[in-house]
Amino acid sequence: MSAPYRFTRDLAELPTHAFGNRSLTWWGVILFMLMEGSGFALAGAAYFILKSHQGTWPPAPLQPPGLLAGTLFTLLILASEIPNTIVKKKAEAEEIAPVRLLLPIMAAIGGLLLVIRAFEFDSLNVMWTDNPYGSIVWALLVLHTTHILTDWFDTVVLTVLMFTQHGPTGKRFVDVSENSLYWRFVWLAWLPIYLLIYWVPRW
Amino acid sequence: MIARDGPELQGAELHDRLTRTWSRKPGLIGWLSTVDHKEVGRRYIVTAFVFFVLAGVLALIMRTQLARPESGLITADRYNQIFTMHGSTMMFLFAVPVMDAVAIYLIPLMVGARNIAFPRLHAFSYYMYLGGGLMLWIAFALNIGPDIGWFAYTPLSGPEYDPGKRADMWAQMITFTEVAALAVSASIIGTIFKQRAPGMRLDRMPLFVWAMLVVSFMVIFAMPAIALASGFLISDRLVGTQFFNPAEGGDPILWQHMFWFFGHPEVYIIFLPATGFVSQITETFSGRSVFGYPYMVLALVATGLLAFGLWVHHMFATGLPRMGYAFYTAASMTVAIPSGVQIFCWIATIWSGRPRFGVPMLYVIGFIITFVIGGLSGVMVASVPLDLQMHDTYFVVAHFHYVLIGGAVFPLLGVVTYWFPKITGRMMSERLGRWAFGIVFASFHLTFMPMHWTGLMGMPRRVYTYPAGMGWDALNFVSTIGAFGIAIAVILFLVNVFTSYWKGELAGPNPWGGTSLEWATTSPPPPYNFAHVPVVESRTPLWDADGGPLPVMTGLRVDERETLLTTLIDAEPDVREASAEPSIWPLLAAIATSILFVGSVFTPWAVVWGAIPVAIALTAWFWPKRSREPGEEPVIA
Amino acid sequence: MTRARLSAVCVGLSTSGCAGVQSIAPSAGAHTSAFNSLFVVFLVVCGFFYLLVIGFLGAAILRRRRQGEDGVPALFRVWVGLVSLSLVGLALASWLTDRAMASYGDKGPPVRIRLTANQWWWDVEYLGANPSEAVRTANEVHLPIGRPTLIELQSNDVIHSFWVPNLAGKQDLIPGRTEDIALLPRKIGVFRGQCAEFCGAQHAHMALTVVVEPEAQFRSWWRQQQAEAPAPRTPEQLAGMTYVTTRECATCHAIAGTTASASVAPDLTHIASRKTIAAGTLPMSRGGLYAWIADPQGVKPGAHMPYIGLEARQLDAVVAYLETLK
Repeated sequence: MSAPYRFTRDLAELPTHAFGNRSLTWWGVILFMLMEGSGFALAGAAYFILKSHQGTWPPAPLQPPGLLAGTLFTLLILASEIPNTIVKKKAEAEEIAPVRLLLPIMAAIGGLLLVIRAFEFDSLNVMWTDNPYGSIVWALLVLHTTHILTDWFDTVVLTVLMFTQHGPTGKRFVDVSENSLYWRFVWLAWLPIYLLIYWVPRW
Repeated sequence: MIARDGPELQGAELHDRLTRTWSRKPGLIGWLSTVDHKEVGRRYIVTAFVFFVLAGVLALIMRTQLARPESGLITADRYNQIFTMHGSTMMFLFAVPVMDAVAIYLIPLMVGARNIAFPRLHAFSYYMYLGGGLMLWIAFALNIGPDIGWFAYTPLSGPEYDPGKRADMWAQMITFTEVAALAVSASIIGTIFKQRAPGMRLDRMPLFVWAMLVVSFMVIFAMPAIALASGFLISDRLVGTQFFNPAEGGDPILWQHMFWFFGHPEVYIIFLPATGFVSQITETFSGRSVFGYPYMVLALVATGLLAFGLWVHHMFATGLPRMGYAFYTAASMTVAIPSGVQIFCWIATIWSGRPRFGVPMLYVIGFIITFVIGGLSGVMVASVPLDLQMHDTYFVVAHFHYVLIGGAVFPLLGVVTYWFPKITGRMMSERLGRWAFGIVFASFHLTFMPMHWTGLMGMPRRVYTYPAGMGWDALNFVSTIGAFGIAIAVILFLVNVFTSYWKGELAGPNPWGGTSLEWATTSPPPPYNFAHVPVVESRTPLWDADGGPLPVMTGLRVDERETLLTTLIDAEPDVREASAEPSIWPLLAAIATSILFVGSVFTPWAVVWGAIPVAIALTAWFWPKRSREPGEEPVIA
Repeated sequence: MTRARLSAVCVGLSTSGCAGVQSIAPSAGAHTSAFNSLFVVFLVVCGFFYLLVIGFLGAAILRRRRQGEDGVPALFRVWVGLVSLSLVGLALASWLTDRAMASYGDKGPPVRIRLTANQWWWDVEYLGANPSEAVRTANEVHLPIGRPTLIELQSNDVIHSFWVPNLAGKQDLIPGRTEDIALLPRKIGVFRGQCAEFCGAQHAHMALTVVVEPEAQFRSWWRQQQAEAPAPRTPEQLAGMTYVTTRECATCHAIAGTTASASVAPDLTHIASRKTIAAGTLPMSRGGLYAWIADPQGVKPGAHMPYIGLEARQLDAVVAYLETLK
């Protein structure tokens, strides 16, 4: 305690928040994406291992899943990147008004996606109990749905928060920016899963 | 009113004000709400050692049963539960968590930070870990302990061959510990990447910090495999999926791939932190920085990468394609190179330093003598023709206990002795420590050396008994005697811990003459760790100062919890970020999550309804508590 | 009592005591001989490196004059080179041995066996050139010396592992798959194999007797196993047969030449010719049969053989009949 110190620099002038890889939150989100990403990758590997034991995929006489709901979902989630990019930019510019406008839109899109997702389950043409094909297809879809669900919930909470007195603060803008980053991961992760569920069985 | 440390605010007044800011509330709620990495780390360490002792008692019961052929001491059913509990507890509730535990306590100190990154997350991690351990052991006490081995091979662990809830308890314990380990990894990586002291460039980090960085990334890539596998297993058992059911075209070998894709890196997740311990101790006790620092770092990274290419060597007997085996043999043997590099560098450090042989250093020597045997027998079992005979025999039991006890527990006992004064402020008894080391070292070899022969003479693993006259009787008897010797040594070690905790000699900040930053603060450290932000100008900051004034930076707020973020590579000061306040919500979130996990063993609807309290708890956790000046809010994790 | 019992199993297998009947050291097969040679290579190389490490460590500890790093960096390069070269050598030796082992199955016209693992016993089928040569037995295989045996491995329930250490390494038996293993016995004798993959409650009691014998003896054994069960000769034996073929026993077991033809438990046609009962749990003897039939759950808790509760007279008759099934 009593050790003498040599004072080399005063840090008082440093900012108290920053965006991107300068913030801890960004790293938290990135690490979370790595964990979830390896989960998705391994589920994909399991898909192919199970597929290798079957003569046909889906096993006869099953039909591949119907394309409508899944494709609609894919188009919508791709389109959602437009408002997502804007809200991320506005958050990083620390403009509260557009953030308050766009976050509810993102939450609404998330809700709509969940509704479409319900139809996707309905269009799989197989139950999880039928065979390993059914099990892994359901598993992939459930796994991704939990991500849609958690991010949707996160967005709703954040939206509410942005309308309170806690909203227009640097820290909250960082949260909005990282929430957008995570949303990118959610739709990026969807693309290979979309192929696995809907297109690999059609090859 | 904003206050900052600096030449005008230092010494006793600074100490008082920082203590006020960084202390938690007294009382039970305050105790449960703590986000101080030192408190959480201590609890983690103590809990892990409790599980170590429990699993050790199971080992003694097994050794007693196996002391004589055809012993009727315990039934087959009980034995199978016991060996499963021993393995699962040692791997999931002791070995991995105890390394995380030490890291939680030490890493923020070693990088000169005020607190760990994501403080609430790591508190949550502890409660999840505790919840998983309690669930498993309560199940065991109620005779629904798992009896499927720590590897839970399907279809033996599937719904058809393990009805009841035993396998579910195992699988759900995995979920708990996996959540806990992932959360800690995020905290540790965040701390290492963003909270290093100014000037602690990546190439100046202590080797234990490097080891934990590599290990935390390994956890992030390996743990999802076991999470997914145990999720598939539970859904096979609970809702009738067919992942592992051969009757419906499912694949029991898929389980083995997923399990070992995690399970092999797991061994290095346990071993690499121990190499970090060895590096820290060797450096301090040799009075010089570790020889070949860049090679040591490369060896850590190489081991971390190679660890993911070896899993198939646990599956040589399953009949996979022969050419594939040759690849995994080569990859498995390649791991010997980074290990060989590390061993050389440690010995070279001793050779070219001025070694002192305190108790921690004795453990380092014991480690080298023991671990190298385990490493070499590992080279043997990497060879397909050799492994096909040795696999699942006592030879392998000997091999991995040499690696895990020699390679991880010895360094751990050494490092507990080494960091005990930092954590408690008192020294452990050198005399008792030497006795404990001598007994544990001798007993270890007495226990496990004979098992090499037991295995070569044909005794398989995981048998609750064996016929007389197979030539295994005497060897088994010797192993049992050794096991009790280990127990005596562990008791001595614990006696030493307890008596020293109350009566040990006062340590002072740096009793061993160490060079890394944890020795720059008091023992035990104050709640805020460092009065000013320490500055690092080389790999050996405390030796540079040579008793003179330590370079520091100032200007962090003392009236709010604030921590310094630095840049990733060069650790240049970058941002002053708020650090989370104590909160009860991590505990409540952990309780809600535990209810969901345990409930889901009985009904899938627990996942649906259980998610609601979890969502509430998480929202409350993340919700800002009070309004302050703009930009001065607490962080949420 | 239990100790005496199991020691008896062991004596049942070998007249010279049991040590070595389930061991890698006294090799009795081509694979295990190759293993032993390779093991010696590894042992010598690894032992050499261990001595180097311990020597360096000892020197480092005892070193008197401390003069910095003189020569250490050069030594480091030598060390890494030496370690890498040796690993390449060992990997190569391992690969060559593996290749050699893979060829042992081609050395002569093979005997073909299908081995199916069950919790906790081995179902053995000899696949002859035509169906009349087919033989079904359990927990015991006979192999001719000097000729390869190819074994198809299957499992009816969980994963097991086939392992006769004196002859060769392991091969798992995996439900839903057929694996195979080749053996090339080179020594006459009685050996013991044991399941090597944890398979549930009685994993410890899942042994297999392996008899390696001269070709002629092997042929006569095979012929004898093809025969149907002998007819009972005494009224007691007849009563035993009646019980076995009409009551609980016949729901699981088969005896060729009688109406008992179920196949979920070991085939009993020539049970008395085998050396052990219940997959190596008891020696084949009158006492062993009594113990097993009277109290299977006491002898092997968890086994699928149920407690029947025979009256003393019924038990006598059943044992008397089974003893005739040579």
